[in-house]
Amino acid sequence: MHNETASDRELLYEEQYKRAQKEQSFMRKLLRNKLAAFGFFVMIVLVFTAIFAPWIATHPPHQMDVTRTLLGPGEMGHLLGTDSYGRDTFSRIIYGARISLIVGVAAVVFGAVFGSLLGVISGYFGGKIDAIIMRIMDGMMAFPFILLAIVLMTVFGQGLMNVIFAIGIANIPGFARVVRGQVLSVKEADYIDVTRSLGAKNTRIIFHHVLPNSIAPLIVYATMAVAGAIISEASLSFLGLGVQPPTASWGSMLQEGKDYLVLNPELATISGLAILITVLSINLFGDGLRDALDPKMKI
Amino acid sequence: MKGFLLRRVLQIVPTLLVVAIIVFLITRIMPGNPAAVLLGPQASVEDIEAYAQQLGLNDPIISQFFQYIINLITFDFGNSLTYNQPVITLLIERFPNTILLALSALVIAMVIGVPAGIIAAKRQNSFIDYLVTTFSLVGVSMPIFWLGLMLVLFFSVNLGWLPATGMGSFDDGLWAGLRHLILPSIALATIPAAEFARIIRSSMLEVVSQDYIKAARSKGVHEFFVICKHGLKNALTPLLTVIGLQFSNLLGGAVLTETIFSWPGMGLLIVDAIERRDYMVVQSTVLFIAIIYVVINLIVDILYKVVNPKVNLDTGGGK
Amino acid sequence: MGEELLRVEDLFVEFKTGSIVTKAINGVSFSLHQNETLGIVGESGSGKSVTASAAMRLIPNPPGRITSGSIVYKGQDISQLNESKMRKLRGNEMSMIFQDPTTSLNPVFTVGHQLMESIRIHKNLSKREAKQESLRMLELVGIPAAKQRLKMYPHEFSGGMRQRVMIAIALSCQPQLLIADEPTTALDVTVQAQILALMKDLQREFGMAIMMITHDLGVVWETCDSIIVMYAGQVMERGSVRQVYDKPLHPYTWGLLDSQIASDQNSQEVLPAIPGSPPDLSFDVQGCPFADRCPYVEEICRESKPARVAIEDGHEVACHFQTDTSELTRKEEANIGASATGS
Ligand SMILES: Nc1ncnc2c1ncn2[C@@H]1O[C@H](COP(=O)(O)OP(=O)(O)O)[C@@H](O)[C@H]1O
Ligand SMILES: [Mg+2]
Repeated sequence: MHNETASDRELLYEEQYKRAQKEQSFMRKLLRNKLAAFGFFVMIVLVFTAIFAPWIATHPPHQMDVTRTLLGPGEMGHLLGTDSYGRDTFSRIIYGARISLIVGVAAVVFGAVFGSLLGVISGYFGGKIDAIIMRIMDGMMAFPFILLAIVLMTVFGQGLMNVIFAIGIANIPGFARVVRGQVLSVKEADYIDVTRSLGAKNTRIIFHHVLPNSIAPLIVYATMAVAGAIISEASLSFLGLGVQPPTASWGSMLQEGKDYLVLNPELATISGLAILITVLSINLFGDGLRDALDPKMKI
Repeated sequence: MKGFLLRRVLQIVPTLLVVAIIVFLITRIMPGNPAAVLLGPQASVEDIEAYAQQLGLNDPIISQFFQYIINLITFDFGNSLTYNQPVITLLIERFPNTILLALSALVIAMVIGVPAGIIAAKRQNSFIDYLVTTFSLVGVSMPIFWLGLMLVLFFSVNLGWLPATGMGSFDDGLWAGLRHLILPSIALATIPAAEFARIIRSSMLEVVSQDYIKAARSKGVHEFFVICKHGLKNALTPLLTVIGLQFSNLLGGAVLTETIFSWPGMGLLIVDAIERRDYMVVQSTVLFIAIIYVVINLIVDILYKVVNPKVNLDTGGGK
Repeated sequence: MGEELLRVEDLFVEFKTGSIVTKAINGVSFSLHQNETLGIVGESGSGKSVTASAAMRLIPNPPGRITSGSIVYKGQDISQLNESKMRKLRGNEMSMIFQDPTTSLNPVFTVGHQLMESIRIHKNLSKREAKQESLRMLELVGIPAAKQRLKMYPHEFSGGMRQRVMIAIALSCQPQLLIADEPTTALDVTVQAQILALMKDLQREFGMAIMMITHDLGVVWETCDSIIVMYAGQVMERGSVRQVYDKPLHPYTWGLLDSQIASDQNSQEVLPAIPGSPPDLSFDVQGCPFADRCPYVEEICRESKPARVAIEDGHEVACHFQTDTSELTRKEEANIGASATGS
């Protein structure tokens, strides 16, 4: 080893300081988490698949062909075989990504908007309003998520929009709780007092101070909620309460696959794998996001 | 303690009331005539009118609501048209089966999840830690109805080891009962097991760096007891909270699991009723499950207090 | 002073987190005799707690590891002793109390349970006898209504009372060596004095040796027989309390003394201490670890590590300018300080 001089040492310290700085940068932290990067990659692929489904799919998703039912993978030009109506499994999986993503995102946006609104009102005003809103949220939370969605679907009836509403409504209490908790903790911070004493209006305080500070946990929660919503849509469709046939949804494909488990196990296997991979990658990304934003976040 | 119990029991009353109101409102906001929806598309106009009268749908909404609450308090959940039975009879018949399934799944989840979490925490950043972390990430993302199908495909269809559907009776021997229970409870246990492993891992990591753990070691306590007695008892508090929450998943998941395995519980009842369009049964069963869930959380809260002496008696919560 | 009880020689401890290796202890040596109280002082992060843990072989592994050196207890090297033999020593022959009594007692077990646990592990007593013994210990450390207190949980005790309980647990098997890691730091000033007095009383009664870790030199002057001054995982100065009090030799010791005086005068707990901060132990330190903060630093300080030199009998120091040939004294402070900034 060579003799270390003072300037060498300074260089070393400088390097260490820079290293620490870099590691603190958000994107790096997120990417360093390889699993999160993997999740992000899969999510991007899924989004592209959904958008460009007509170009990727090899067959029209609803095209039936009684001469080509229950084919195995690769048979007669069907990449992943066909179902009992002779529809191309691969193409239906590709189109199914659309339903999953649309429902996942739309239902969560619905739940996030109304849930956040209730959460902000509850947390910000407190008192009786808070008590009433939170009691209602507690009541909704007493239903297992999927059961609340099921009950709502029995009322709304099948259909894409109704699935979005049902899952969206079931998502409201979760968002209300998260946002309310954030508002309460932000409200305690001193600068809110300062702003108020400067005469800012309630709405101004909410939009300029409370909400921006709640964004990080909200994003993390929403990411995880999308994963949950996708599972829920699949569950509803699996139970025959989801999107209307013949729309291709991974859940309804799984339901069909269930009846042909012996003759055509690919159908159930592949549609379920599609759900698992999608949900897993979103959860991985959400996990990484939380670690990058704030490892101590309690969600 | 007595005061605490009473207070906690009284606290669930408003929640239960809200639960009842939600289901009541949902049944009344049905588009069209609820009687028509409940009777299904084949019903005649006279039938619908008579049924509406019978349900009290022509009364003012407030008196309808009070009637509804009174019915609930007297355990009158209405009558099923397709089963030709009071719903409560169906529920009482199915309830033990679902609880058996849910509790078996809970036990499996604990037996797998808790030790996995402990080992992962004890060997942080080791290969086994990564393995546990990966499995738990996959576990929480698992569509359990699919996992159930895959288990059937593998263990019933391919290997022929275990039955794919139905429920056995323990009266015919332990194995007769168990063999039907194994696959559905494994499927249902997946998500809670993964959650437990995660929560135990992270709370154990926090606990093992505490001074009292070092203090226990400095007294000469065997490492096994340091972890499984001094550590675990402290890590149990977050676990209990999660168990309460997981019961929601267990009861919700039971609906899907029972469908796959034709397990004659409340979940299968719901799914059958959906197929028969017997929405009275669907709604009442969901209401019943929500009530069970509230009661279970009450029990968990009380246990929480027993495990953790520091929980404040006055507020009843340590959160 | 009695026979030698514990001798630590050339101890090295490392912590490995990810790819970073922190060399927490770098060649620490000291010895402790029966009935003696040894003070270990140093700023926080200087390795006092790690040294104490090492003595009981309680370095958490991973991430920590004793890389070399020996720990000789009653003539036996325990640095390689197996776990089950170590367990027989811990709590029985040597025990430990910690800085914060709120966190060192397990919140979910009663005080009685935690007391009896130690007794039942090491002594062949029935449950009833163990209970009797616990009661006696609680009374001994001055806890009133001890019988009722046995059934209580730690959170029902005040800070001072908790530390008394910790002492009762630590002493329940009459150990030969008590390691006290900042036992009074978290306590009120009045309670501090009571706890120190209690420890001294019990030392007289049981005849044990105490390793008193503290960053409060006042505690050392009051309670200790000898002292080691630690910095960056190394011993900078060691000697009897008399020697170090009368004639502190290391510039780091002077710094500690100055901050001690300053904090006494302000009476508030602000420690202006020594400007700068300790070196990052994940880098190899070539010369004297204190060089960067030393007002008397010279070229040689950064180039080679000073050897430990005995200035008088039992009084050792590791500083290039504290040898019998060239002695740095505090009177020259201004003088040398000026020349140091000039170069
Ligand atoms: N569990 C640990 N993991 C990693 N590093 C540790 C651990 N414990 C101690 N260290 C390192 O050892 C050094 C000395 O710590 P310690 O002995 O606790 O100092 P103190 O003199 O304040 O008691 C610290 O600077 C820290 O870097
Ligand atoms: Mg320390």
